[in-house]
Amino acid sequence: MGDGRGVSMQTSMQTYTDAFAAASASGGSAPAWLTGLRRRAHDEFVATGFPTTRNEDWHFTSVTPIAERTFKTPKVGTGAASVTDALALAAGESGWPRAVFVNGRFDSALSALGALGKDIRVATLPDALTEGPDWVANHLGSLAAFDKQAFTAFNTAFVNDGLVVRVPKNVKAPAPLHIIHVADASAAGCVIHPRLLVVVDANAELAIVESFVSTGSAEYLTNAVAEVRIGEGARVHHYKVQRESAEAFHVGTLQAHQSRGSLFHSFSYATGAALSRTNIYTKLAGEGAEARLNGLYLVDGTQHVDHQTFVEHIAPNCSSRELYKGILDGASHGVFNGKVFVDPEAQKTDGKQTNHALLLSPQARVDTKPQLEIFADDVKCTHGATVGRLDAIALFYMKSRGIGADAARALLTYAFAAEVLETVEIDSLKDALEAIAFQRFTNQVQR
Amino acid sequence: MGSSIETLVNREYQYGFVTEIEADTIAPGLNEDVIRLISSKKNEPEWLLDWRLKAFRRWQTMTEPHWPNVKYNPINYQAARYYSAPKSVKPLQSLDEVDPELLATYKKLGISLTEQKLLAGVAVDAIFDSVSVGTTMKDELAKHGVVFCSFTEAVHNYPELIQKYLGSVVPYSDNFFAALNSAVFSDGSFCYVPKGVRCPIELSTYFRINAAETGQFERTLIVADEGAYVSYLEGCTAPKRSTNQLHAAVVELVALDNAQIKYSTVQNWYAGDKDGVGGIYNFVTKRGKAHTNSKISWTQVETGSAITWKYPSVILQGDNSTGEFYSVALVNNKQQADTGTKMIHIGKNTKSTIISKGISAGEGQNSYRGRVQMLPKATGSRNYTQCDSMLIGNKCGAHTFPYIEIANDSSTTEHEASTSKIGEDQIFYCKARGLNAEHAISLIVSGFCREVFKELPMEFALEAQQLLGISLEGSVG
Amino acid sequence: MLSISALHANAGDKPILKGISLTVNPGEVHAIMGPNGSGKSTLAQVIAGHPGYEVTGGSITYMNQDLLELDPEERAQQGVFLAFQYPVEIPGVTNAYFLRSAYNEIRKAKGEEEVDPMEFLDLMEKKLKLVDMDPAMLHRSVNAGFSGGEKKRNEILQMAVLEPKLAILDETDSGLDIDALRIVADGVNALKRPDNATIVVTHYQRLLNYIVPDFVHVLAGGKIVKSGGKELALELEQRGYEWVMDAA
Repeated sequence: MGDGRGVSMQTSMQTYTDAFAAASASGGSAPAWLTGLRRRAHDEFVATGFPTTRNEDWHFTSVTPIAERTFKTPKVGTGAASVTDALALAAGESGWPRAVFVNGRFDSALSALGALGKDIRVATLPDALTEGPDWVANHLGSLAAFDKQAFTAFNTAFVNDGLVVRVPKNVKAPAPLHIIHVADASAAGCVIHPRLLVVVDANAELAIVESFVSTGSAEYLTNAVAEVRIGEGARVHHYKVQRESAEAFHVGTLQAHQSRGSLFHSFSYATGAALSRTNIYTKLAGEGAEARLNGLYLVDGTQHVDHQTFVEHIAPNCSSRELYKGILDGASHGVFNGKVFVDPEAQKTDGKQTNHALLLSPQARVDTKPQLEIFADDVKCTHGATVGRLDAIALFYMKSRGIGADAARALLTYAFAAEVLETVEIDSLKDALEAIAFQRFTNQVQR
Repeated sequence: MGSSIETLVNREYQYGFVTEIEADTIAPGLNEDVIRLISSKKNEPEWLLDWRLKAFRRWQTMTEPHWPNVKYNPINYQAARYYSAPKSVKPLQSLDEVDPELLATYKKLGISLTEQKLLAGVAVDAIFDSVSVGTTMKDELAKHGVVFCSFTEAVHNYPELIQKYLGSVVPYSDNFFAALNSAVFSDGSFCYVPKGVRCPIELSTYFRINAAETGQFERTLIVADEGAYVSYLEGCTAPKRSTNQLHAAVVELVALDNAQIKYSTVQNWYAGDKDGVGGIYNFVTKRGKAHTNSKISWTQVETGSAITWKYPSVILQGDNSTGEFYSVALVNNKQQADTGTKMIHIGKNTKSTIISKGISAGEGQNSYRGRVQMLPKATGSRNYTQCDSMLIGNKCGAHTFPYIEIANDSSTTEHEASTSKIGEDQIFYCKARGLNAEHAISLIVSGFCREVFKELPMEFALEAQQLLGISLEGSVG
Repeated sequence: MLSISALHANAGDKPILKGISLTVNPGEVHAIMGPNGSGKSTLAQVIAGHPGYEVTGGSITYMNQDLLELDPEERAQQGVFLAFQYPVEIPGVTNAYFLRSAYNEIRKAKGEEEVDPMEFLDLMEKKLKLVDMDPAMLHRSVNAGFSGGEKKRNEILQMAVLEPKLAILDETDSGLDIDALRIVADGVNALKRPDNATIVVTHYQRLLNYIVPDFVHVLAGGKIVKSGGKELALELEQRGYEWVMDAA
């Protein structure tokens, strides 16, 4: 980190501050709570600045390439994505209810939310603000804390478009809600701040597939924030499919809050972006809650992919299960940082975290930091981590049965990934993700 | 813990006595003049004074690290004394000349320095506050060409070895406490095992802090020349005092090609009382450099100190070198430990094993912190790490912070960690066979630590096991 | 020797034992039978002093003293032995060390001298033969990695070494094949003396072919619903538990 970054960072910060001032001046219709929230987030963002590798949470991931660029706000109405292109990349079914955002803006022509049924309330953030329901005001920004979290603060300062979803008590969504973020060629040089708020009331159930795709090869920054509040006995599945352009930067934070007896199941699939960071955080705040956090990343070339998970056990008798796998080729760099925290009150916690990385090339690199912080005594927590290459004996065995070297490698690599793909509970999504993975193992590179 | 387990009474720390002895102590405070004074008291050559001063100047630019998971009040480095030596210690012709008061102290600690009653097969260097008071079995060692003496003596008698290896593994600029130690270290042990020699007896240093308000800053340097072998033991105790005392040591190990060094520590510095008053701040830098085909093995049993901050590490420089770390760390009452290791794989086909057992009782906080690094050229290397934590009581904590950094694809690493409560079913099973709660817990805990204890030399293993039992007393109720 | 009177016990808030009375005299073998969930194992655990159960009523007198006043280790030291249904694993502690610790605690309680490791190994040699156990087992961790049968045999080995006055075998037959069953039963029979007593807790009659009881009690719903001689076990085998439960 030389002086270069210092100067360019100051420039970019100034630009963002100016943009913030301009947005504040023009957007007069926002309610006071929102302008206050944006203002606080902006001030925090300016005060904190982008993290450096001296920040323990960013030790293995340098965001200098993001910090030294100055990203613009995308122009409204430049999107030209075709729905078929976007859907093909987004790994969903065409019949699912979908909300499509192009370069950060909701595209009503591409979206189709009817299939979600009338019980479930879903609206864009601007629409929700016009209607002004209390729950949006109460919950937006209440989970995704931005104190010392530069990217979350950055998003919150510029929060504008986005989606809010409310599933009332006892309602089960008939189909997965597919949220598709498309960046096209005109996103080049821009920063997009997707925002999602999900409130699932007691005993309700919702599955969300959130896809980040690109129809071009532009360099842009996606800086997403999602907040998911899960009521008593409710069940939420969140699948994130990150297939940004090869030049893109992606930072995404999801913060869940779980009440008694609830389930939060997250799956993060990452194959895209030059540099990506996914944060999946959940707080098990009610007794008997369960969290399942799984993920798979496949990278090559000079891609850098970073996952950080944080499972906060606050209440007793909760369980958490975590399985992350990574497959790294070329000179790619994978990072996994998983923390399980157990509060003194969280007795009888049962936590298990596993992460495995497979290196397919001598230049690939992995940094792993699984952490346990335990303050309660009656707990059972474990973590395991391995890093290695394909099992030479298994390879030999397959070759001895007449399978060619490339096929054997592809098969074993696929087998490595299969265990975690099995945790995807939507069959068509699992098939689609498997297909994407398989293409990569057989060198038909397509992000 | 169930109410069925009776409250156990804390046994007194049995090494907490103070020896009344006239000491040559310098005024509190730290500046270049203090360093010059220490150096002149030891009649040191110019180059060593220069090195100390460089270290001191560097230290002044550094800040105390606060990343460890420990909490303590700020240390006033100007309030400590940086030199204290029993007045009676002069260059000795034989151990018979050692002050009887000191001999009595060591006897009380279970260490006999008189030649007649030597521990069988162990040579001891006894460090009292800042200086070595005597080294046993020198003649026996000399027959094999093994040098084992105080650091001060080594500076005078083996200057070329000291100059060559001092700071070669832990440079004075390494970290805040290492820099401080490099500036003010007063004594320590030095050992050199020549080429091809298998040191016939265990070497041991026994550290004792006695004086109040004195920091202890010793250095240990062990060099095993090509094909040599040495096993080295280290023990530590201190009086009970209500103020905290700083112990900032540096240990450097050099294992040249095909050499092997086994370094064992049983650390039982005064831990403070049950309310966390007093106790030693044990901020130690230990590192070894392993050359081709060599092996460095650290075994530690850490039961003492108010705060422990140490990461005995191995730089696996040479191809086919091996590093091992076996650790038991126990915290009770208000003790805090942040300990672990670093295994830096640089050479090809290097191997490291890490077995860490943490036990937290009372209000103790125990953190394992480790780094396994495989550099791009460390092809074909392996690491296996297992760190298990056991919790006894509901006010303690156990934390695990491993860093695994792998930069080549032909190496494998495997890391496993677990944290769980001491098994109530195990305690009941033991009780149903006639063992009381205290006995049951100490049995279960020593079973939990067995993989580490078996790495210790026999006498040490027994001592460690007993120590564990004593340290756990009062942990249940 | 043992006198249980109107014993009530809970696991948490749930009543399991609802008034059990039973008298066991020296030299007797009692079998406690009953369907799953009847409270058989609870009774065994309560006699041994398991902290998971709360005695809410009644009494247990053992050798003229209030057994419920004693800690589990005191009960063991005075000759109560429970062969666990699920023997517990203690990693890192060798069987030999564990057994010697237990043996010495019990000797100390009796005011006898402790034995050193060499003497103890001599003693073990004989005892091992009794249960047909490989001496190498002594140097393995307590029950860790043992098969189900090995664990059960290990319990009987402990019983042979500790020589209890009152032995309670909690479903010792479960999970054993016929050969292992015979070895275990032979061990138990060999340890039988006029001054000690045995309570065999079992679901099946099978074990009672080898360990012949003087009395059989049927436990159901936390109460003894029927008592009789050894022929009762055979009748249960033929007619099932419903028969006694209906009759009661």
